[in-house]
Amino acid sequence: MRDSLSVSLTVGAYGVAFGAASVANGFSVLQSCLLSLLTFSGASQFAVVGVIGAGGSAVSAIATASLLGVRNGLYGVIMAPRLKVKGFKRVIAAQITIDESTGVALGAEKRNEAAMRHGFWLTGFGVFFFWNLFTLAGALGAQAMGDTRAWGLDSAVPAAFLGLLWPRLEKNSDRVLAIVSIIFAIAMTSVLPAGLPIIATAFIAIAVGLRR
Amino acid sequence: MNAFWIATIGTSVIAFALKFTGHSIPQQWLENPKLQKTNALIPIALLSALVAVQTFTSESKVMIDHRLAGLCIAIVALLLKAPFPVVVISAAITSAVMYNWL
Repeated sequence: MRDSLSVSLTVGAYGVAFGAASVANGFSVLQSCLLSLLTFSGASQFAVVGVIGAGGSAVSAIATASLLGVRNGLYGVIMAPRLKVKGFKRVIAAQITIDESTGVALGAEKRNEAAMRHGFWLTGFGVFFFWNLFTLAGALGAQAMGDTRAWGLDSAVPAAFLGLLWPRLEKNSDRVLAIVSIIFAIAMTSVLPAGLPIIATAFIAIAVGLRR
Repeated sequence: MNAFWIATIGTSVIAFALKFTGHSIPQQWLENPKLQKTNALIPIALLSALVAVQTFTSESKVMIDHRLAGLCIAIVALLLKAPFPVVVISAAITSAVMYNWL
């Protein structure tokens, strides 16, 4: 219960950053809120607004976001046999299957099965509520600002990406991959159409992952 | 329909499809360790590239400006184990100061 609530509130703070970043990159308040309600996956949402903001096409934006969304599918594979829900409940369970709900559920599994299910639903709904509420607040705030660069929002977006990336850099090989991806994306910026340098780095990751 | 709407709706549809597919396929299908490893590496590559593009480029040109100062502060904040809101806000304040007064 405490885990679920603290996770929900912390993630809510990311929601402000997303709402603001989304509007700063040209999305409307409505579109920002729809992304949070329907996509409901932080990294994917930041990716969409980031790619479009960098001048990429809608297809590049969708492809990048979807590659980041694949892991939610894998969480679904892990959670489905544990939740054992069908029909409409499965639709709801799928929508709230994200990093946080899966993480809290698997963390609570050591205690017992009921705690695991409880953790999943409570965290999923809690994050959903605060994420959407704070997205709206962030989007309205950014809209009221006017020139978002003067408020530093153009740095808030890469800082948010860095904040999402940082905890994933556990091993030296992960850090090397991150640096290679950064250099590659910058080097390809003037060569490939906007958005493609980002997606292309996924293929570096695939090549590395399948080799070892 | 403009690019913003296509991106909003397209991303949402695929995001849900991926989640629901995960809930509907047998677990054994995805037990290959190489697949698991690749899945962990893809976000690292994409998020790194997004940091780079959002910091160092503007309209398909490489550019160093106030945003780099913001990113450097974000790195310092992360090294000091600051929570996410502190990372983002300190980067934004630094960048805003550079943009407005330099």
